[in-house]
Amino acid sequence: MRSILKTPLAVLAATTMLGGAAAAQELSGTLRIASDMSNPAPRAVIEGLVADFGEMHPDLEIELTVVDREAWKTQIRNSLSADPPDVINWYAANRMTPYVEAGLFMDISDWWEAGDYEGLESVRGAMTLNDAQWGIPYTYYQWGIYYREDIFNELGLEEPATFEEEIANCQVIVDSGRACYAIGSRFLWTAGGWFDYLNMRTNGFDFHMALARGEVEWTDERVRETFANWRRLIDMGAYVEDHQNYSWQEALPFVVNGEATAYLIGNFAVPHLREAGLGDDQIDFYQFPVITEGLPMGEDAPTDTFHVAAGAQNVEAARAFLAYVASPEVQTEINGPDALGQLPVNANSEVADDEFLQQGFTMLSQNAEGGIAQFFDRDFPAEMAAIGMEGLQEFMVFPDNLDDILGRLEAARQRIYE
Amino acid sequence: MATAASQQTWMQRNKMIVTPILFLLPGLLFFSVYVIIPIFQSFQISAYEWNGLGDLSERGEFVGLQNYRELMSDRAFEVSLWNNVKWLALYLLAIPGGLFIALFLNQTVTGIRLYKSLFFFPFVISQVVVGLVFTWFYLPRGGLLNTILGGLGFDTLNILGDPTLATYGIIAAGLWPQTAYCMILYLTGLNAVDPEQVEAARLDGAKGWRMLWHVVLPQLRPATFIAFVVTIIGALRSFDLISVMTNGGPFGSTRVLSFYMFEQALSEYGFRMGYGSAIAVVLFLIMLIFIAYFLYSMWRDERPART
Repeated sequence: MRSILKTPLAVLAATTMLGGAAAAQELSGTLRIASDMSNPAPRAVIEGLVADFGEMHPDLEIELTVVDREAWKTQIRNSLSADPPDVINWYAANRMTPYVEAGLFMDISDWWEAGDYEGLESVRGAMTLNDAQWGIPYTYYQWGIYYREDIFNELGLEEPATFEEEIANCQVIVDSGRACYAIGSRFLWTAGGWFDYLNMRTNGFDFHMALARGEVEWTDERVRETFANWRRLIDMGAYVEDHQNYSWQEALPFVVNGEATAYLIGNFAVPHLREAGLGDDQIDFYQFPVITEGLPMGEDAPTDTFHVAAGAQNVEAARAFLAYVASPEVQTEINGPDALGQLPVNANSEVADDEFLQQGFTMLSQNAEGGIAQFFDRDFPAEMAAIGMEGLQEFMVFPDNLDDILGRLEAARQRIYE
Repeated sequence: MATAASQQTWMQRNKMIVTPILFLLPGLLFFSVYVIIPIFQSFQISAYEWNGLGDLSERGEFVGLQNYRELMSDRAFEVSLWNNVKWLALYLLAIPGGLFIALFLNQTVTGIRLYKSLFFFPFVISQVVVGLVFTWFYLPRGGLLNTILGGLGFDTLNILGDPTLATYGIIAAGLWPQTAYCMILYLTGLNAVDPEQVEAARLDGAKGWRMLWHVVLPQLRPATFIAFVVTIIGALRSFDLISVMTNGGPFGSTRVLSFYMFEQALSEYGFRMGYGSAIAVVLFLIMLIFIAYFLYSMWRDERPART
């Protein structure tokens, strides 16, 4: 197995030891880590982290369990309930709520206060629930419209800045016999991405978050306006047909084959597009265009996290490991193009020299004044997200059912947020 | 006074009672721990609002029959219940299907064993594989079904993407292995058909449907009973095919009770243990009707043997 952190080891040892109390004594005992980084690249990253952290602390024994990423979403509750590991992976924002309220995550606000995570101030909000911090992020990525640059050139199209331009572009694309957007909505969440952006652009980030907190009715006129904008795209045939049958991966070939010209998706789609043979001159990226003039842009940038279990045995080692993961050098390394290929959470880290990561980083740091959202299924409570995404998928297939869908979501809202 | 009986130990005197109890004990123990007690736990949990994290008595909130009241007005529950009814009704087609294939294969021709194994094959492969194969078969573009329909000049169908057709599409996939199962049950049953009775019926001029209905089928009654039992149970616990083929979608139109229960209580976004348990209780009550009927039939059939 390759070690991803060979060179800066000495520097690292110095920086991570700044963490305060943890520096005083050498770590010993066993540190148990349960991780959901099961895909090939993330797996190499977590294994590399464990190997290098172990090298720095020879007396510490590290037990790493890697669980399949999808399976972990349901296994986490069993894992935390009985004999929990010390450190675990999860997601930011509302996805933490059930575990925080059940007292299964450790409150690590003191570690934030003590300066363990210098450079992470901007992402602290995503880790905050009930005025306390419950973990640290280790990576995030932008969402946006990934499109076929070559087809845009062929049709003489420019990256649109407004929704009207977007629709005008789309008309040209539809007239050329293609679909504007690939989407696979079988597992529902991809539809959540579209709603996030349309709602943030139509009504603004703050309105979107108020809706997520259950403070706005789903039958509100402003929500209907979002759906009316969405419907313009659906009615003009912008989306690929039968998208309810496909997963997001199964919808990628539409873009690869040029049957659809763009895909609203997270940056995790880029390696797949490259592997399928598209060069960087064929794919490009733009920010979701403006719908309502003058609204500051909000962006989706889901964050993946590390937490300490409330029942952790080796808290000292867990604290040192979290500080290690958050440090600028490690952040640069694990988010690099040959590792996770995503954005580092530490402001003092370097963003990899990659067309998409650079664009995404610029967008998120300079052009997302509205705010950074996590994602539909992370900002909304789990139940609301499940019912909501099902309604969104139904709307994309049968837009005429809108009244019925909104009535259903409103009934769910009244029950869930009581 | 010191008779033989008093010299025997307690164990020896009571071995006719103790031995069967000892033999039953492990089974009873496991059956109660893994089946009986959980059933009552489901009843209990269904009266709570609880997210499955932490202790029920601490973190659960007693709500009485509230979960059941909510079920009454829950449209997703209604859809799931109806889908269960569809499964029950249509899955029974596996029984006549299996019977006719068995009758067809019950002959001595060269290579008949090969044909039998080919027909039995779908039952051997895992349900997940069956689901995948049928998903590909139904694919809206490039699936075999639509290639054939297109070749014949019909419009293409997106079976699994259409909320009115998807459930039937999955049931059809489920019938494939289930028919094979019923076929094998009938093939063994046909071995036990008394050739003399068939001969006698033939002398009396019975053939074709009359022969089947009045002579062969009555002798196949045990096989039919077992086929009925396994098919009903198979229909009620249909889960893996739905999970693989549509994941409950499009927009929840292919859920059945077991899948809905899983979604509410255990899935990625499911934190409603109480509500999930209420669904489980309803499913249990439906199964109880069939279980009671099966137990009654078996008891009735065995009674003459005991007395």
